[in-house]
Formats: sequence, C-alpha cells, structure tokens
Amino acid sequence: MNPDSAWRLHPQVSVRPEPFGALLYHFGTRKLSFLKDRTLLAIVEGLADAPSVRSACEAAGVAPDQYGRYLRALDTLAESHMIQERAAA
Amino acid sequence: MTIALDAPTRPTTGTRLVDLFEFGLDSPICLTWELTYACNLSCVHCLSSSGRRDPRELTTEECKAVIDELERMQVFYVNIGGGEPTVRPDFWELVEYATSHHVGVKFSTNGVKITPDVAAMLAANDYVDVQISLDGATADVNDAIRGPRSYETAMRAMQNLADAGMKNFKLSVVCTRTNIPQLDEFKAIADRYGAQLRLTRLRPSGRGADVWDELHPTAGQQRELYDWLVANGENVLTGDSFFHLSAYGQALPGLNLCGAGRVVCLIDPVGDVYACPFAIHDEFLAGNIRQPGGFERVWRESELFTRLRQPQSGGACSSCQFFDTCKGGCMAAKFFTGLPLDGPDPECVRGFGEEALAKHKDSGGGIPKPSGDHSHRTSPPRPRSGTGPVRVTIQRRNDLSRPPVSACEENPLAGFVPQQTTGADGRQQEGSRSSHA
Repeated sequence: MNPDSAWRLHPQVSVRPEPFGALLYHFGTRKLSFLKDRTLLAIVEGLADAPSVRSACEAAGVAPDQYGRYLRALDTLAESHMIQERAAA
Repeated sequence: MTIALDAPTRPTTGTRLVDLFEFGLDSPICLTWELTYACNLSCVHCLSSSGRRDPRELTTEECKAVIDELERMQVFYVNIGGGEPTVRPDFWELVEYATSHHVGVKFSTNGVKITPDVAAMLAANDYVDVQISLDGATADVNDAIRGPRSYETAMRAMQNLADAGMKNFKLSVVCTRTNIPQLDEFKAIADRYGAQLRLTRLRPSGRGADVWDELHPTAGQQRELYDWLVANGENVLTGDSFFHLSAYGQALPGLNLCGAGRVVCLIDPVGDVYACPFAIHDEFLAGNIRQPGGFERVWRESELFTRLRQPQSGGACSSCQFFDTCKGGCMAAKFFTGLPLDGPDPECVRGFGEEALAKHKDSGGGIPKPSGDHSHRTSPPRPRSGTGPVRVTIQRRNDLSRPPVSACEENPLAGFVPQQTTGADGRQQEGSRSSHA
C-alpha cells in the first residue's frame, strides 16, 4: 500500500470496538474482519479525514519504524474491500 | 458450536483470534433468534423440538425492543430461525424493522412462504439473506427426514429466489448418514440456483436425540465429509460446526472454537437466552430478555456466560495432540448423549467418543431429558383444510357428573357431592362428612 494514498472505510462496513481491538462487518460481502489492536482501530477510524495513510498512522501515534506492520494490515483490509481508496485531498 | 460464524474470518495480523474470543466479546458477533416454535413441518431431527406455538412467545412490540437493543449493542446480524419463522404473521414487519435499524437478518426457512412476490421483496433488500433448509439432494432422502413434499417446497422456494435475482442465498444441509453420499449433488443444486452451500453437523439436540443413533454419520462418512470439505475450501460454509474433524489433519476454514456464550448465543421464542442453539436445556439457560436489564445484562453479566468465558479444562482430552484444534468438540453433542463436558466428543475422530458412549451405556447411564417440547401432538401434523367450520361434538364427559365449580360460585353447597358410604355399624349413610369418613 502506498503510504501517500488516501483511503476510507467502505460505506457498507460497520465497526464495533472490542476489548482486543475491533470487529468489522461488511454488509455487502457479509464478511467479518478483526482489528487486533486499538492502534489499528484508531488508524482505520482516522482514514477518511486524513490526507494520507501516513498521516492517519501519525495521528494514531504510530512510530515510523512500525509503519510497515500497519500498512500490511491495511493491505489485508483493502483486499477484503473493508476499506476503499478515495481521491487524495 | 458456532452456527453463526459463517462469515469467513480474516485476522489482520499474527495473534490467534480464537485465543482472544475465548474470553468473550462485549456483544455477540451475531446471534440466533428463534421467533416461534410453530412449524408446518415435523422434521425428525428438529433441534428445538418445534411444532406448536408457545402462548408466551414474544409479542411484536417485544421483538422490536430486542432489535433496538441489538442495534445499541452493534450486533451486526441475527440468524432468525424457529420453528418456521415465516409463519409468524409479523415476520416480514420484523425483518423490515431490523434491517432499517442496522441489524442484518439471515433467516432459515423450509421455503413454505417464499412466493415469487416475497422473493422479489427479499432480493431488493441488501441486508437480508435467506437460508433454505434441505436434508436430501433427492426427494426420497429429504422427505424421510423433513416430511412429505418438503423437498418440492424447498426447490420451489429456491427457484423463486433465483428468478427474483437473489444471489448467494444459502442452501443449508444437516449432514446425516443418508445424505453424506450426496455431497456433490447438493453442490450441484446450489450452483444451479446461484446459491451457496452450507453444511452443518447433526446434533443430538431436541428431537435429534431420538434419531441420532441411526442418523449421525459413521466414522467412515466423517472422514469422507472431512476430505470433501478440505477439497471445497471456503466455497462451502460450515457455520464452524465441524471443528472436531480437524483432528484428521489440517484445520478446516473458520474460527474452530466453540462459541457458546462467548461469541454466539440463542434467544428462544419466549425470550430465554441459551448459550447456543443446540443447547435448549436448563443447564445452558443464562436468563430471559424480559428480566430487568434485558438481553444486554444476560450477555454481559449472567453467571453461566461468565463461567463459559473462563479458561476451560480439557479434562480427559487435554493430553491429546489434537486438542488445540478440536478443543474436545461440541458441548451440546456431549451433553445430550450423556457424556461429561470435559471429555471427548461422541464423534471424536480417534474413536474415544464411541468408547465413552459404550461405557456410559454399560453403566446404565441415561441421557438428559430436554427441558421443553413443542412437537406436534400428531406427527406428521394433520393436514389442515384451510378455512371451513371446525367440527366439534357436544357431549357430556363420562368422568364428570356435573360441570366444574367456578371460583365465583357463592352457593355454600358448591362442590358438595352426596356420597354413599358404609358406616361402622353397616347402615347406609348419605352425605357423610370427612370427619365421619
């Protein structure tokens, strides 16, 4: 995933915070996904208002050496259509 | 059991979610909600012993209040069943209410009400999914389990859904000794209607206990089923019901955990909350949604669910090399065959369940009686002729000499029955009092 691209949650996806992170449910594909920590949840929730993935990570307090890990997690979410790319602001 | 977990699960990073889920969630991922015990069929293996409606069933308003609560708790979707849920006159109203309140609906039906009009309405709602039950790929195999002409009903319903443009609805099959040879045919039927095949496990729950010995798959068939599931992968749903088969080798797709009280539960037609749909028994009753605090309190605070979320001991199974994926199998299957909950599943692929069952029978052990039974009193139910007069005969009951006494009766002699008794002196006395008798 390009850290400079802009993304948002798919409009048919519901997010429910849980003690371990969050559950995501896509009403279109009827698939469940899991966010295994609260930081990832903060990134996903911040995507729509952030100019880029990188700045969403920054806003969630992710150290630069951890970006790779979270970008991979976001990639997985993109593959299952939980998040979708939008035009950069 | 985890009937609800059909959605393929995708952890986003390394940690095993199963381990997190064993401690329970703030809300169920989804839950099973049986709306009525009424059913037009009398399937021999019915998990909820359905047939007759229960007079205490939740009203339309109570059901809507439950939906409001599920919306607040962010339960993504409910699996509605029964009984046959579509025979409730307010069923479509409740589906509409749920889906317009962000609670998705998947409902199970034998197809009896899926007319072309209904199919069109369902196809137009993105938040509804339908699951048609069929337990034989041919009429003879299916109807022996589900009753005369139920095959025809299910096929017509699927045709109507396909004609209406409904995509990816589910064809749901309970795997039995008689239909495991038909797995490929089931897949072909699902493909023909653009449906997705869902296979689940036969449990000895409800009336299932009566037929389990004859209908549960043989050891050879279990292996056949496992190989078939591995070959077909994520294209076939299983509601996570076959995790005990993981001991054959690789784990099957899905979470592979018993979600009872942790990620799933059941609300029954009278509002009782059970740990899982296959465990309708007082032993697994967590509370009732009519109690103060409603469903949320039962889910978050009930003593039973709290206990189920504690780390479970594997008992006799903990030393087994497959315990990590099999987890000792299904709680309900063990309970209703009389086996201890911390021992092997009756269908343990290593054969320990069969041994345990044989030992249990030898020692004269019984099986728990179900707590409720709503079966039709005649089976199969008498055909209804529709409208028309109800024929009754008015006559006196032979065992009563007069009508029963009303609670409002003011006559001091109400209920007084003159009796003839033989006194100590041999004379006949009329209307003897109790002190005399």
